[in-house]
Amino acid sequence: MTSVKITDLVKDYTLRAGLTRTRLRAVDHVSLELIPGRTVALVGESGSGKSTIAKILTRMERPTSGTVDVRLDDGTAVAGARYRREVQMVFQDPFASLNPFHSIEHHIARPLRLHRRTSTNRETHERVIEMLERVNLTPAEAIATRRPHELSGGQRQRVAIARALAPGAQVLIADEPVSMLDVSIRLGVLNLLGRLQREDQLAVLYITHDLATARHFSDEIVVLYRGRVVERGPSDAVILDPHHDYTRLLALAAPDPERPGRVTSEAGVDREAIDNSRCYDHFAGAWREAGVSAAEARIDA
Amino acid sequence: MTNLKPSSEPSVADSAELLAETSTETGRRPRAGWRMLLPTMTPWLAIGLGLIIAIALFGLIGPHLVGDPRAIRDMGLTGPSAEFWLGTTQTGQDVLAQLAYATRGSLQIGVIVGLLATALSAFFGIYGAYRGRVVDEAFSLFTNVFLVIPGLPLVIVISGFVPAESRGLWTIAIVLAITSWAGSARVLRAQTLSVRNRDYVAASQVSGERPWRVIVVEILPNLLPVIASQFVFAVIAAILGEAGLSFIGLGASNSSTLGTMLFYAQNGFALSLGAWWWFIPPGLIIALFGTGLSLVNFSIDEIINPKLKNLRLHRKRARRAARLERELAQATRRNGGVPTQTAKESAR
Repeated sequence: MTSVKITDLVKDYTLRAGLTRTRLRAVDHVSLELIPGRTVALVGESGSGKSTIAKILTRMERPTSGTVDVRLDDGTAVAGARYRREVQMVFQDPFASLNPFHSIEHHIARPLRLHRRTSTNRETHERVIEMLERVNLTPAEAIATRRPHELSGGQRQRVAIARALAPGAQVLIADEPVSMLDVSIRLGVLNLLGRLQREDQLAVLYITHDLATARHFSDEIVVLYRGRVVERGPSDAVILDPHHDYTRLLALAAPDPERPGRVTSEAGVDREAIDNSRCYDHFAGAWREAGVSAAEARIDA
Repeated sequence: MTNLKPSSEPSVADSAELLAETSTETGRRPRAGWRMLLPTMTPWLAIGLGLIIAIALFGLIGPHLVGDPRAIRDMGLTGPSAEFWLGTTQTGQDVLAQLAYATRGSLQIGVIVGLLATALSAFFGIYGAYRGRVVDEAFSLFTNVFLVIPGLPLVIVISGFVPAESRGLWTIAIVLAITSWAGSARVLRAQTLSVRNRDYVAASQVSGERPWRVIVVEILPNLLPVIASQFVFAVIAAILGEAGLSFIGLGASNSSTLGTMLFYAQNGFALSLGAWWWFIPPGLIIALFGTGLSLVNFSIDEIINPKLKNLRLHRKRARRAARLERELAQATRRNGGVPTQTAKESAR
């Protein structure tokens, strides 16, 4: 079991237009903790910095400042090749995340061999079949020889999950894993993730813009707006009792069976006036200053 | 990170249908990714391959079957006859024998230059684009410089600069290769930039694959049709370029190619003397070989070009549907007009 502690993560991008350079702060002092067996949902609109956090966690980007501390149960820090083994990711688009040239077996066998989970071809093949059966892809033997275009979106996403778990990952970053799937199969994939999480005690970061699935699937919700955390707390508390204007707007955007008809007003929330300078913390029950390091954040009365 | 679903992909409905089809049989043969890369057999492709194979065989085997191309006889400029199928040159040399050796020489140049130019363009295009940033900028600049260098004048200058006695086959091949790789490198760079940002490349990086493995195993196979097409073009360009160089007398000094044949025909006033058997055969071989390669290229284009790709998929599906129908009808007839379930299955 592995846990992740993100402290004061900052990521700046430099935008170049001709000779002028501007700095875009995509992620501004975000702190999170991922604990085995628990799911943290990272909620926010496009451009709020969700995917940047995922990229930093998977080491595709370097943070400008801040630390990502991954530790095993016994307290040893995880680094180097071991990091790749512990922290894995499921991508958003199942149609793009599998190489059209290679068979399904290749996608799962590669990480197995790369991280020396298996040594012989025969063992690898058996393991691949086992992994496919774990994600409910049967008949596994037949699926293993297929290529991605022969599978449906939901099946491909299952393959992507199996690939992420193949190296023995304990931390799973799921970047909108169901947003490109048909509504009818979303629940199946989410339940599969939930089951695998329980079985392996995975620490899951669930990135989404959909509050409904976030509540269904996660224990804690962190709401991100323009790179800053504006609200955090237990899932039910954040959704049923939103404090920040932006969270209210998000909650309103989710369809509610008990509130028929179309949502016409934005509940008196002025989009232009949403400020991300403070963050409501349901655990502390208080507002904090956002965009500064966790240690220095003032607590507002 | 978000790629839209490429419209050229077969739809989910298709894969569902395939799934239903294959679920009945479990141990199906492994499908290699290579199959996807092979063009479908069309009449054009067949003609193209036929031309290429025929000319290549002529170049490979021909020289063993004909006599000495340099032997001089006292029967200058005689037309085709039973003894000399393609007549003789001004000095009585056998045109057919010369043609066989010249074809071999031209093919040699074409293949060598094709391989060299493809390797250069793959290195500068793919590796640069994959590494990105400074490497990409530097390689791109280098490629652009080579792109704007006018090819033929440079080739003439270099060929003229190298003394005739040391101007061998390899000199000409290298000169042609370094003036012809840049265009392909740009295409490959563009294609690599698109492929490298796809999620499956990111996924293999996240799982810790080494860069060279990501390039060779994940990116390169998706570029193979483009590379193949550019190889074919490089071969055509090299054969034509070499013929041009030899025709103006700047070719390899110790080899005989179709270009040198034309050069000697020109010098021997074949055109004004009406000796068509001397200059038409080499010209025709160049033209036919170019045609063959182009036809093959059009077929490869069907894989690369998204618009044509769909066309190809539709054609494939239509063909399969027709086959199924035919087999179903046959099976039905065997069963005395009753389309049974097993008949349907066996038709599959």
